[in-house]
Amino acid sequence: MDPLEIARWQFGITTVYHFMMVPLTIGLGLVVAFMQTLWYRSGKAEYLRMTKFWGKLFLINFIMGVATGIVQEFQFGMAWSEYSRFVGDVFGAPLAMEALLAFFVESTFLGLWIFGWKQLRKGLHLACLWIAVIGSVISAYFIIVANSWMQHPVGVTLQDGRGRMVDAWAVFTNNTAIVAFSHTIMGALAVAGGFLLGIAWYHLWRRRTDGIDTVDENGRVVVGEAAGVPGRDKTDHKVWLRSLRIGAVIAAISFAGTSITGDLQGKLMFVQQPMKMAAAEAACHDGTQFSVLSVGDLGSKDCSNIVAVIEVPGLLSFLAKGDFTTDVKGVNTLVPEYQAKYGTNLPNDPKLGDRAGKAIQYVPVMEVTYWGFRMMIGFGGLAALAAVVALWLTRRGTVPASRWLMRLAVFGILAPFGANAAGWIFTEMGRQPFVVAPNPDVTGADPVFMYTAAAVSPGVSGGEILTSLILLSAVYAALMVVEVKLLTTYIRGGVASAMPELAHPGKDEDSGPSSDDTDVLAFAY
Amino acid sequence: MEVLPSIWFIAIAVLWTGYLFLEGFDLGVGMLMKLFARSDRERRVLLNTVGPVWDGNEVWLLTAGGATFAAFPHWYASLFSALYLPLTLVLLGLIFRAVAFEYRGKINTDRWRNAWDWAIVLGSFVAAFGIGAALALSTTGLPLNANGDRVGGPFAWFTPYALLGGLAVVGFALVHALAFLMIKTDGEIRHRARAWLTRWLPLGLVPIAAWVVAVQLLHGKWFSWVLTVLAVAAAVAAWLLARRQAEGKAFLSLGIFLAAGTSAIFSAVYPVVLPSTLDPAFNLTVANASSSDYTLGLMTVVACIGLPLVIAYQAWTYWVFRRRISAAHIPDSHTVLPAVVRKVLKGQS
Ligand code: HDD
Ligand code: HEM
Ligand code: HEM
Repeated sequence: MDPLEIARWQFGITTVYHFMMVPLTIGLGLVVAFMQTLWYRSGKAEYLRMTKFWGKLFLINFIMGVATGIVQEFQFGMAWSEYSRFVGDVFGAPLAMEALLAFFVESTFLGLWIFGWKQLRKGLHLACLWIAVIGSVISAYFIIVANSWMQHPVGVTLQDGRGRMVDAWAVFTNNTAIVAFSHTIMGALAVAGGFLLGIAWYHLWRRRTDGIDTVDENGRVVVGEAAGVPGRDKTDHKVWLRSLRIGAVIAAISFAGTSITGDLQGKLMFVQQPMKMAAAEAACHDGTQFSVLSVGDLGSKDCSNIVAVIEVPGLLSFLAKGDFTTDVKGVNTLVPEYQAKYGTNLPNDPKLGDRAGKAIQYVPVMEVTYWGFRMMIGFGGLAALAAVVALWLTRRGTVPASRWLMRLAVFGILAPFGANAAGWIFTEMGRQPFVVAPNPDVTGADPVFMYTAAAVSPGVSGGEILTSLILLSAVYAALMVVEVKLLTTYIRGGVASAMPELAHPGKDEDSGPSSDDTDVLAFAY
Repeated sequence: MEVLPSIWFIAIAVLWTGYLFLEGFDLGVGMLMKLFARSDRERRVLLNTVGPVWDGNEVWLLTAGGATFAAFPHWYASLFSALYLPLTLVLLGLIFRAVAFEYRGKINTDRWRNAWDWAIVLGSFVAAFGIGAALALSTTGLPLNANGDRVGGPFAWFTPYALLGGLAVVGFALVHALAFLMIKTDGEIRHRARAWLTRWLPLGLVPIAAWVVAVQLLHGKWFSWVLTVLAVAAAVAAWLLARRQAEGKAFLSLGIFLAAGTSAIFSAVYPVVLPSTLDPAFNLTVANASSSDYTLGLMTVVACIGLPLVIAYQAWTYWVFRRRISAAHIPDSHTVLPAVVRKVLKGQS
C-alpha cells in the first residue's frame, strides 16, 4: 500500500468535500447579511422572514464547514510532514493568521448572531452577522494565499534545503492569490445564487400547485393565502419571489465575475504553469486553438492518440495572453523543457522510499485537467443561462406550473457546486507532479519547488492513512446524508420552520432586546 | 539564546492554556450530557450554557495548531505525523461533537436527540482524551529518528504517559465543567453541580497533577517546581472555596491551577519542544525546530495585534451571555411545520 497514493486520495476527498460547504457558507452568508440589512432599514416582514429562513439553512451548512475544516488544518502535519517541514516557514504563517484573524472572528460573532436575537440591539445584532461573514471572506483570502503560494511560490529562497520567507509582502500580494481569491468568491456567490433560485422556485411552484396563487388571463399572478397553514400568507409570496430574483441576479452577475477573473487566472497560468495550461487543453503541439472537443486516449502521456474534433482558432491565445496569435506551448514542447530544468528522475533520497530515483512524469492526468476545466466553465455557464431564463419566466410574479421546470430549477442547484469542485480538481491535479510548483517568473525563487512524491510523511504507514481515509470517508458520507435530510426538511417546512412564532401568532416578530430576566431565550439549542 | 523562538514557545504555551481553560469546560459539559443531566430540559440547559461560545473556544485549538505550524514547523510535522491514529480519532470526535451541537435540536424526536447526545458525550470524551495524550507525549517524548519521524510502527507512541495525559485532560474538563455550570446555571442544576464539584474535585484533578509532577521529575527546574507547588495550592483552594459556596472564586482558583500547572510543564521542558526517546541528540528544541526570525517577527506583530483583540471580543461575548440559565428559560422544542398544504390536509383527515 503506497502511502502517497492514499494520502493524495484522502487530501482530495476531504478538501473537495470541505469545499462543498465552504462556497455555500461564504455566498449564503453574504446574502443573509444583505437580507437582514434590508429588514433593518425597511422593517418589512418579508425581509425578516427571508433572513430567518435562509439563515437557518446557512447555519445547517455552516457547521459542516467547521467540522470538516478542522481535518484540513491537522492533515498537513499528519499526512504531509515532509511538506510541512519544507514549507512551514512560509506556508504556516497564512494558516496561523487565518485562525487568529478570521476563524476567531467568524465563530465568535456568529455565536453572537445566533443567540443574540432579542438580546442585542438590532443594529448591533446585524453588525455581528456582517463581522462574521466578513470573517469568512478573510479566511478565504488567507487560505487562498497559502494555496496560491503552492501554485506560484514567491517571496522565498532556498536555505538549508528548505523554503525561507524573505518577503512577506510578496507572499500576501501574490498575483495568483489575488486573482484566485476574487475568482473563488465569485464562485461562492454563484453557488448561493443557484441555491436561492432553486429553493424559491420550488416554493412558488408549490404555492401554485396547491392553489394558493393563481394567474389571471394575462399570466399575471394573483396572490392568495392558505388559511390555517402557518406562514402561507401573502407575505410568503413576496419572500419567495424576492429570493428567487435576488438569487437569479446574483447567479448571472457572479458568472460574469468568474469569467473575468478566470480569464486573468488563465493569463497567469500561461506564465507560471505552462504545463497545466497545455494539459487543460490536451494540447500536444504548440498552437492558438482552443479545443471544444478532443477525443482519443487523453491518458496516453505521449500524446500519440489525441484528436481534436472541434477547435476555435485563436481562443487559447486569447485566454493565455490576450491576443489571437501567440503560440501556446504544447505538451511535446514542454516535457523536454521541464526535464532540462528540473531533471528526469526523482532524487536518490532514502526518505522517498520506493520512489527514490524513479522517472518523473511531468504531464498531469489529462482526462482530469481537460474535462475538469470544461466542466467548471460548462456547469457555471449553464447555471447562469438558467438564471437569466428564470428572470424572464418569472417577470409576471410567479413561476410556470410545469413540474419539470421546477425539477430542473431544484436540480440546477448542483451545477455551481460541480463547477467549483471541477475547478479545484483541475487546479490541484494540473499542478502535479509538484506539490509546490516551480516558479519560472521570479528570480531567486526558482529552486523552491517540491515533488508531491517527496511531501508525504515518511514515518506514517499506508495502513494508517488507509484507516483514516476509510473512517473519514464513511463519516463524511453519513453526514452528507444527514445534512441533506435536514436541509430538505427545513426547506419543505418553509418559513414557519425557521420561525415558530408564525405558528403561534400573538407573539411579536421583531421586538428589541428583552430586559425581563424570566423570559425564555429567544433562541436556544 | 534564541529570543524570538522562545517568545513563540511562550505564545504557544499561552494558546494551549487558553484552549484548555475555555474548551475545557465545554468538553466537560459535553461529557456531562448523559451522566449529569437528568432530563431533556436539563440537557438543553447544559447545551445552552456553552451554545454561543463553544465554537470560539475550539478555535483556540486551531490557533495553537496553526501557530505551531508557523513557528515550529518541525514540532508540528513530527508530533502530528507520529500521532497519526490518535489524532484521527480526535478529529472524528470533534466532527461529531460540532455537528451534534448544531443538529441535536433540529428535529423533534427522542431518537434523534438521543443519538446526537451520545455523539456529544463520546465526541467530547475522545477529543479531550486524545488531545491530553498528545500534549503529554509532547512533554515526555516520542521515538523519533534524526529526521523527526516516528520509528516503531503505528502504536509506537503508546506509553503510560499517553494514558496519563488523556485522563488528565478528561478529569480536568469534568471538574472545570462542573465549576462552570455552578456559575452559569440556576436552580437545581446549579446546586447539583456544586455538590458534584465538591465531591469529585480531588479525584478529578489527580491525573493532571500527576502529569505535572511527572514532568517535573523528568525535567524539573527550581522555578517549575515553584509553579507546581502553586498549582497544587490553587487546587486545594478551589476545593475549599467550592465547599464554602464561594462559586466565582472557586472557578477562578481552578483557572489559576490550570495556568500554574501548564506553566510548570512548559517551563520544565523548555528549551525542548518534543523530546526523542531514542537519542537526546534528536530532540526537537526551540532552536532547531523553529521558523526563521523573519517569519517569527512577522508572526509576532500579527499576534500582538490579533490576540488582544480576540481576548477582548471573546470576553465581551461572555459578558453579553452572562445571564445564568435555568430550566425555566428553555423554550419548548418545536416540530418543523410543513408549509405544504396537501400534507397538512392529509395530516388532519
Ligand atoms: C462556480 C464556479 C466557477 C465558475 C463558473 C468558473 N470557475 Fe474557474 N475555478 C473555480 C470556480 C469556477 C474554482 C473552484 O474556484 C477555482 C479552483 C481554484 C481557484 O482559484 O478557483 C477555479 C480555477 C480556475 C483556473 C485555474 C487557475 C490555476 O490553476 O492557476 C482557471 C484558469 C479558471 N478557473 C478559469 C475560469 C474561466 C475562464 C471561467 C469561465 C468562463 C471559469 N473559470 C468559471
Ligand atoms: C492551502 C491549501 C491547500 C494545500 C496545501 C493543498 C495541498 C494538496 C496536497 C498536498 C495534495 C495531495 C497531493 C496531490 O495529489 O496533489 C492535494 C491534492 C488535492 N487538492 Fe489541494 N491543497 C490545498 C487546497 C485545496 C483546496 C481548497 C481544494 C479544493 C477545494 C483542493 C483540492 C485538491 C484536490 C482535488 C486534490 C487531488 C489531486 C490529486 O490527487 O492529484 N486543494 N492538495
Ligand atoms: C486545505 C485548505 C483548507 C484548510 C486547512 C482549511 C481550514 C479550515 C478550518 C480549520 C475550518 C474550521 C474553522 C472553525 O472551526 O471555525 C474551516 C472552515 C471554513 N473554511 Fe476552510 N480550510 C481550507 C480550505 C478552504 C478554502 C479554500 C476556503 C475558502 C475559499 C475556506 C474557507 C472556509 C470557510 C468559509 C469555513 C467555514 C466557516 C468556519 O468554519 O469558520 N477553506 N476551514
